[in-house]
Amino acid sequence: MNILIALATGALFTGGLYMMMRRSLVRVLVGILLLGNAINLTIFAAGRLVAFTPPIIAPGQSRPPDGVADPLTQALILTAIVISFGITAFAVALVRQTYSQTGTDDLDLLRCTDVPCPPEPDWEEPQEGNS
Amino acid sequence: MNGRSLLLNVAVRYLMPLLLIFSVFLLLRGHNEVGGGFVGGLVAAAAFMLYAIAHSPAEVHDLLPVSPRTLFTLGLFMALLSGLLPVFGNQPFQTGLWLPEPLPVLGKVGTPFLFDTGVYLLVIGVILHILLTLAED
Amino acid sequence: MNLAVMAPILLPLTSAILALAAWRAPGLQRWAAVAGTFLQFGAALALLNRVNQSGIQTFQVGSWPAPFGITLAVDLFGAIMLAVSGLVGLSVALYALNGIDDERVAYGFYPLFHILLMGVNGAFATGDLFNLYVWFEVMLMASFVLMALGGTRAQLEGSVKYVVLNLLASSLFLSATGLLYGLTGTLNLAQLALVLPETQPHGLTLALSMLYLVAFGIKAAIFPLFFWLPASYHTPPVAVTALFSGLLTKVGAYAMLRVFTLIFRTDPIFTNTLFLVLAGLTMVTGVLGAAAQWDFRRLLSFHIISQIGYLVMGLGLASQAALAGAIYFMVHVILAKTALFLIAGIVERLRGSFDLHQLGGLYRSQPWLALGFALPALALAGLPPFSGFFAKLMLVRAGLEAGQYIIVFTALGVSLLTLFSMSKVWGEVFWKPAAMEPAAVADRGGVPVWMILPTALLVVGGLLLGLFAEPAIQWSHQAAFQLLHPDLYIQAVLGGLP
Repeated sequence: MNILIALATGALFTGGLYMMMRRSLVRVLVGILLLGNAINLTIFAAGRLVAFTPPIIAPGQSRPPDGVADPLTQALILTAIVISFGITAFAVALVRQTYSQTGTDDLDLLRCTDVPCPPEPDWEEPQEGNS
Repeated sequence: MNGRSLLLNVAVRYLMPLLLIFSVFLLLRGHNEVGGGFVGGLVAAAAFMLYAIAHSPAEVHDLLPVSPRTLFTLGLFMALLSGLLPVFGNQPFQTGLWLPEPLPVLGKVGTPFLFDTGVYLLVIGVILHILLTLAED
Repeated sequence: MNLAVMAPILLPLTSAILALAAWRAPGLQRWAAVAGTFLQFGAALALLNRVNQSGIQTFQVGSWPAPFGITLAVDLFGAIMLAVSGLVGLSVALYALNGIDDERVAYGFYPLFHILLMGVNGAFATGDLFNLYVWFEVMLMASFVLMALGGTRAQLEGSVKYVVLNLLASSLFLSATGLLYGLTGTLNLAQLALVLPETQPHGLTLALSMLYLVAFGIKAAIFPLFFWLPASYHTPPVAVTALFSGLLTKVGAYAMLRVFTLIFRTDPIFTNTLFLVLAGLTMVTGVLGAAAQWDFRRLLSFHIISQIGYLVMGLGLASQAALAGAIYFMVHVILAKTALFLIAGIVERLRGSFDLHQLGGLYRSQPWLALGFALPALALAGLPPFSGFFAKLMLVRAGLEAGQYIIVFTALGVSLLTLFSMSKVWGEVFWKPAAMEPAAVADRGGVPVWMILPTALLVVGGLLLGLFAEPAIQWSHQAAFQLLHPDLYIQAVLGGLP
């Protein structure tokens, strides 16, 4: 079980990092997601891996059965999943919006922040409505 | 969204009430048992999204009595209130307060339940807000 | 019964809820933001007063005792940062009255603004590592949207770079936290401070501390992890940039100071040398990058990086004098930097450009604005009698005491280059003859008082920090003393527990 999780974590990290180094924005996004899941698995493994004994206190008992996994790591992962859900939603919207504005998802072509852009009507428009 | 399926349409008609009731069940079951506001909210949001797939995102807006934004504002407010209530009773922030007697259907009611309900509304509101905006684009 | 510690977090949350409720009333949101940040500033000052009088304030959320529940713990350093964050929040809220257009308000600028402040304050107040991660994410999520809000092409491209690199930093932070929990079984900062020095093997602890260094280093924009900052900070409206430059990178620096003084104390020689090397390189690359810039905001963005180097220098020297210098420097640089960005916004409003080539001649029409720019600019360059001088003096003296001459000379050299860079801006924007035809200038009208007031507030705040350096330095020394004596923090959080 431990070896399996370790292999899965390694595979996810590898895939995530590989994807993050691609030029296509969508792949970078997928890479970040894979990385997030790899980290969740890492935390999961950090809380001891035990099968078939969930850390739940049975009715009438005051403590969980012996030999359960650490429930705190699972709470941490849950928090991390919620956060990554929100971030993913935002990132998808951002990538989509960027694509529709620039017509590309190639990171090498997104250089308007560093060099003057090819002339385009929407480039550096003055902030309107300030008066 | 086009390409509606009759099967899905019919299925949603029966699934949606079931899912919504299940989500409330999860919400009420929370705290001491498996369940809670977050899971319940996810199930309810999934029900609405299913409806959006079967019909259209605009119809979900018609279905909801208030906008998703109002839902999550309300949810945030309830969560904040659940934390502040103990403060008015001279207890530290977010200390659990409970009514002395369990209510008939709900069971034991206290500030954690209020917090959970806040989370429930917040999750439905946020997820619908995000997904409907993305779907309508 | 210690709601004072919670107040800097709860007040922005309440303001955010109110702003959401007043979604359709932009005017109401604007003034509610001013009132909310004003209260928040007041609450932070009250908390600062309390911490100063009765030591480290702690709060156990939901009455769960210390190592099990979520702990908030505010020492003097944290309280100072909370107060400064309140001041920056108030200034930006005032500036945003005119500096943020109605369209951005309609897309939810104000709720996000409050949530950003909540995240920043939460990060300053928390006593738990995972909680720190959550506050970082709250802050980042709000900053992502604030940066992209409005959706011009440059903003979107800047956001992409900002988002991707910060997500990578968050991932590193999270995985380091998970591994640390696996190693020690706790994430409470005080308990970590207690158990980590005895945890074997030391090598693993050191490796984890390096993961944290990279994670916080990306957020704080230290060398060689700063590339996202100059690529993105100049794209959103000035009010947003000012807020980011004042607070976001400083939260990263704060987290570094906190974590490396409190919990990672096992291998000081290695980490401190590393910090000094990074500090020197950060200063130099930042200031050299700034020298090559001709865009007002990009130039200031590069200076953010160079200033972060001084903070890391204080951390690397690790004596009480050096940490006091870093804390004083942090306050100074937040005030000066935010003021400079706000002034850049006013200049843009007057002349419609951030390009130094096209600007000029503003001294004739706006002498007060020129003075207002000169004060924080000279402070940033470190000339006496301004705040930056005392900050750098403290750091340099600490460096000489420690015998670290290389970093001292680097710091002094970078100060000179900063002076060069600031005088370049002053000359180009205010002194040289106007490059634009007078007609274009006349069309722009006056500056609203709500833009001048917050700028003046920050400039005067920075001036007072320099004029009343004596008490301010004493406070910094007290804060540094607390940082160097983790047992005080541990005692305050864990109380009677062993």
